[in-house]
Amino acid sequence: MVSGGVSKFAKARPDATFQKIVKESFDYAMNDVPKLKHSMIDGSVVSYFSDHFTRQLMAGIMAVDYLGLCPKPNKRIEGGGATGGLCFQAGWEAVASGRMNVCAAFGFETMSRVPTWKGNEFIALASDVNFDYPVGGFYSGYYAMMVNRHMHEFGTTVEQLAMVSVKNHMNAYGNPYAQKRRKLTIADVRNSAMVAYPLTLLDICVMSDGAATCILADEETAFKLTDHPVKITGVGTGTDMMRMSDRPHGEVLLAPNEKKSDYRNLKYPGVHSFRAGRSAGLQAYKMAGITDPLKQLDFVELHDAYTSSEIQTYEDLALCKYGDGGKFVEAGYPFMPQIDYGMKLPKKGALPVNPSGGLIACGHPVGATGLMQAVFAFWQIQGSIKKHYGSPELQLKKANRGLIHSHAGTGTYVTVSIMERGW
Amino acid sequence: MAKKNPSKRPAASSKFEEPMTGTTVFNVPLPADLKALKGTSPIVVKQPYNIEYLHSYGQDSPFFAGLSNKKLLGTKCPKCDYTWATPRLACTQCGGETDWVEIPQTGRVHTFTTCYFGGEEFLKETPFHLVLVEFDGVDTLLLSRLLGPAQPEEIKIGMKIKAKFRRNSQLKPTDVYFVPA
Ligand SMILES: [Zn+2]
Repeated sequence: MVSGGVSKFAKARPDATFQKIVKESFDYAMNDVPKLKHSMIDGSVVSYFSDHFTRQLMAGIMAVDYLGLCPKPNKRIEGGGATGGLCFQAGWEAVASGRMNVCAAFGFETMSRVPTWKGNEFIALASDVNFDYPVGGFYSGYYAMMVNRHMHEFGTTVEQLAMVSVKNHMNAYGNPYAQKRRKLTIADVRNSAMVAYPLTLLDICVMSDGAATCILADEETAFKLTDHPVKITGVGTGTDMMRMSDRPHGEVLLAPNEKKSDYRNLKYPGVHSFRAGRSAGLQAYKMAGITDPLKQLDFVELHDAYTSSEIQTYEDLALCKYGDGGKFVEAGYPFMPQIDYGMKLPKKGALPVNPSGGLIACGHPVGATGLMQAVFAFWQIQGSIKKHYGSPELQLKKANRGLIHSHAGTGTYVTVSIMERGW
Repeated sequence: MAKKNPSKRPAASSKFEEPMTGTTVFNVPLPADLKALKGTSPIVVKQPYNIEYLHSYGQDSPFFAGLSNKKLLGTKCPKCDYTWATPRLACTQCGGETDWVEIPQTGRVHTFTTCYFGGEEFLKETPFHLVLVEFDGVDTLLLSRLLGPAQPEEIKIGMKIKAKFRRNSQLKPTDVYFVPA
């Protein structure tokens, strides 16, 4: 990866159509590598999630033509909430296969065109319309059922969930791209409106208008364009059954740092864990040569559409054992070392998760989200946070290797990509 | 959990919902100097998007016929014995075709939630409880509504529940719902 750009995620961008929002992020990425000429781009991949939100079929090609990338190759990538992560990997595939030397991967979503509750209905159409949507059609409800089971299996608490919200909102304070920058307490999170028991408004990400672009290149071209390229050393993509009611209650997919005896009585994945996340993580770790992710990763940008799914994802990514996700946040591992959260955190900063503020604070314009994570991780590894955020507050001292994680519909598609300092 | 409204009076709203209504206008001004056009405020128009589908339940149809006859039907693989509470005609274990079977009308709460908001279609029904139901002898779960408890605190994982059927079938999965057994 040689460059990236993000439009500021906002609740509504009536001033621009999706093409212009994409172009803002694309131009930012292009301007960041002046040696990259438009003519050097061999093709592109584009992502957006919902045709309902755009009310425009083939919106992808309209972004491509606006960027002047015709008649070069392009295709649209879609996979629910993981759309952006899948697009990032499709761009990687185009370069890794040798088909392109330089590929632009960009994505967007414009969700403000309908009221929030209609938007929730559109999103819920990404659940089985024969059996699931008509019963209650509400994603927050689905995730709430998953975390209630997680609490039952492992003793996870609502205060532990709230700590994730406090962390991510506070991190976003230093990120000018974030939609919500707030200093919160655990009590604030618990006292906000109940949406789906036990998840409150502040446990849940918000809808956004936004776009993000990543420019990917082969190694030789990358070093011609920049002295500080980031290498993608591992990719993994997992899937699971759309209806979470159908998922098996079997054996854990073991990470290299786990033993079968760790999970004698655990029925897996059930509805408490995301098997697709574990599958994607294991593939990416194997490819990148990672056997102890907690020690070998410097930071993680993961898909925290819900505080609960952040905790579940710590476990899927084997940052801790299944069941220990709540304790992991309580001990402070995923917090930033340099930020004061107003809490006692003995292991603070051991492995910062969502230094950018994540989806909860940055927003979740679905087709852009996974690419946004890649851009934030890219800047973190380059050490260029100050340049792009205008303040060094969120720059980690050691950020040589990061993990990005994108997640769809109760864990149906999950992508994990490992990014490392390339120079 | 903290009770933020001890007085039981509804709290006054602190913000306006963005309206979906506007004002009818028949003309907008245009400056003589075209250079000023880039400063034009965005023009937002309201457009309807209503579609009716003839949605077929396809091979899942017997489930809905079962509900209207007060039967809960799942499917079972004759080779693997694997049984689905939410039916599917293809066995994901062996790829073979499954058979329709009746599943028990009593089960347990595997997990639950109470939705205080929802997609627009269901907003008027909130708050309501969702449950994933587990059944003896069945390998997978069923998503349904739970009626009876007033508050989520009254619902316990593992609690026994039983199926009830709507008298007038709507041929929807909500033709069945559960109540405490
Ligand atoms: Zn079978």
